[in-house]
Amino acid sequence: MPLLDVQNLRVALPSPRGPVEALRGVSFVLERGQTLGLIGESGCGKSMTALALMGLLPEGAAISGRVLLGGQDLTTLDDAALCQLRGHRMGMVFQEPMTALNPLHTVGLQIAEPLRLHKGLSRGAARAEALRLLERVQLPQARERLDAYPHQLSGGQRQRVVIAIALACGPDLLIADEPTTALDVTIQREVLQLIQELVREDGMGLILISHDLGVMADTVERLLVMYGGTVVESGPTAAVFKRLAHPYTQGLFAARPRLGLKRGTRLATIPGRVPALADMPAGCPFADRCSQVTDACRVAPPAAVRVGDKHDARCLMVEAT
Amino acid sequence: MSAPLLQVEHLSKRYRLPRQSLLKPAPEVQALAGVSFSLQAGCSLGIVGESGSGKSTLARLVMALEAPSSGQVLLDGVDLHQLLPAELRATRSKLQMVFQDPFGSLDPRRTVLQTVAEPLAVLHGASVAEQHERAAEVLDAVGLSAADSPKYPHEFSGGQRQRIAIARALITRPRLIVADEPVSALDVSVQAQVLNLMQDLQDRYGVSYLFISHDLAVVDLVCDEVIVMHQGAIVERGSPDTLFTAPQHPYTQRLLAAVPGLQPPA
Repeated sequence: MPLLDVQNLRVALPSPRGPVEALRGVSFVLERGQTLGLIGESGCGKSMTALALMGLLPEGAAISGRVLLGGQDLTTLDDAALCQLRGHRMGMVFQEPMTALNPLHTVGLQIAEPLRLHKGLSRGAARAEALRLLERVQLPQARERLDAYPHQLSGGQRQRVVIAIALACGPDLLIADEPTTALDVTIQREVLQLIQELVREDGMGLILISHDLGVMADTVERLLVMYGGTVVESGPTAAVFKRLAHPYTQGLFAARPRLGLKRGTRLATIPGRVPALADMPAGCPFADRCSQVTDACRVAPPAAVRVGDKHDARCLMVEAT
Repeated sequence: MSAPLLQVEHLSKRYRLPRQSLLKPAPEVQALAGVSFSLQAGCSLGIVGESGSGKSTLARLVMALEAPSSGQVLLDGVDLHQLLPAELRATRSKLQMVFQDPFGSLDPRRTVLQTVAEPLAVLHGASVAEQHERAAEVLDAVGLSAADSPKYPHEFSGGQRQRIAIARALITRPRLIVADEPVSALDVSVQAQVLNLMQDLQDRYGVSYLFISHDLAVVDLVCDEVIVMHQGAIVERGSPDTLFTAPQHPYTQRLLAAVPGLQPPA
């Protein structure tokens, strides 16, 4: 049984113009010890996918499809049951460590909280475990830092604390939503390496969300490229980067500034902008911005085409291999 | 070579920290330690470095938003920090700034026209008719239209908002635009649009950019020269070609090594 099996996940959010679909049928499987990346631009549904998995969708959101964590369907659970799972079997690392941490509590207390709640540890045992966790995330002077407040730490140190909290109860699944976007590039590298090491040691499943192609290339084995609430391309990271099967993946790649470009080089751009959720076309969500669009693209969402080993793209224009 | 547009000489800035003890003087932090560089008209200078390296302090001093502890900022040979308030105000239209966050830098209660025309009204005392005309001109230059004038910022996407911010900077026909992480908050495909736009505007108006970014690839694309800052000082400078292919200073080497990998297929 896979660790996480997501099938045809759909999320509709309330809006003044009636419900709009933020996720339009997302499916993927994650095994224990595997790393999966969700990549895409704002509004593509990557964070919404993470929130749906964690049961943290906004008020009034309607969810359908199945999210099986170790065989248990999370979409059918009530809030109390989800609270038993969150921070226990599923840990999450957020983008902005300053807002993810409570400024009024010491970091030691915040790491101890899930341990006391889910594992029923005593105050002293939780504190000892918190120290062990801080040492594990390689925070220097961990013993003194147990009693530090978040504002006394740097951005990278805070993100280490957030990771320690996510790992406290030894989760099966770690979801990291843009964990390094707020950090400097040298710190980013350290934090990503730390996450990779911890995932390897504990055999967790990792879902990494990022808009940065470079971060993905360095960190995850499999990649889902998302656009307009759907997965437009999925496959092993190296294969996706090599083949660039979907026109959107091609566009993302071409638009990326990279070292060594001659000054004054014009970057390739994707014309237009991401459609609003309420205006999502009936067919392929990328149709309005795609250079290869045909009438058939606008009729119905394209089915997944197999383009390689475990590598799919949802585009009518790609040839199956 | 002609006289540079911007010349920064031995610029330093110290900030006083809260006093730790009654008996000791208040500690100080040196945010900027003797920084010197010059920028020719129509060229772009990139400033890279990590948080706390002094990039934004430098931007504020060049914009004359804060006074330096020592050193000079010469624009066309005139030291901005020696000017009388009225003279400085008259000079400000040569200097404009584009900020990182297009959600935070636009007033949500002002229309695009009010936002874009404000520098003209404040600095030049332009008539309403002139404001409208010039606003239409710069909105067109950044790829928006005069029809967008009565709209409010919330009606635009992040990339369009950054275009509005650039239009606001352009309207006074500045010589120098200080751009502090102008594309960091934007999505990849939109970032490419804004970078192309900034390069087009430079060709068209001959404006100079002081381009602050943590993204080495962006700086490589836009700038003629790059300075690398670390702990308030310049540790290395040079053309992006040499700096990014053969970095000399260990800090530059570390910065380059940390850029997430992935060389795209040729």
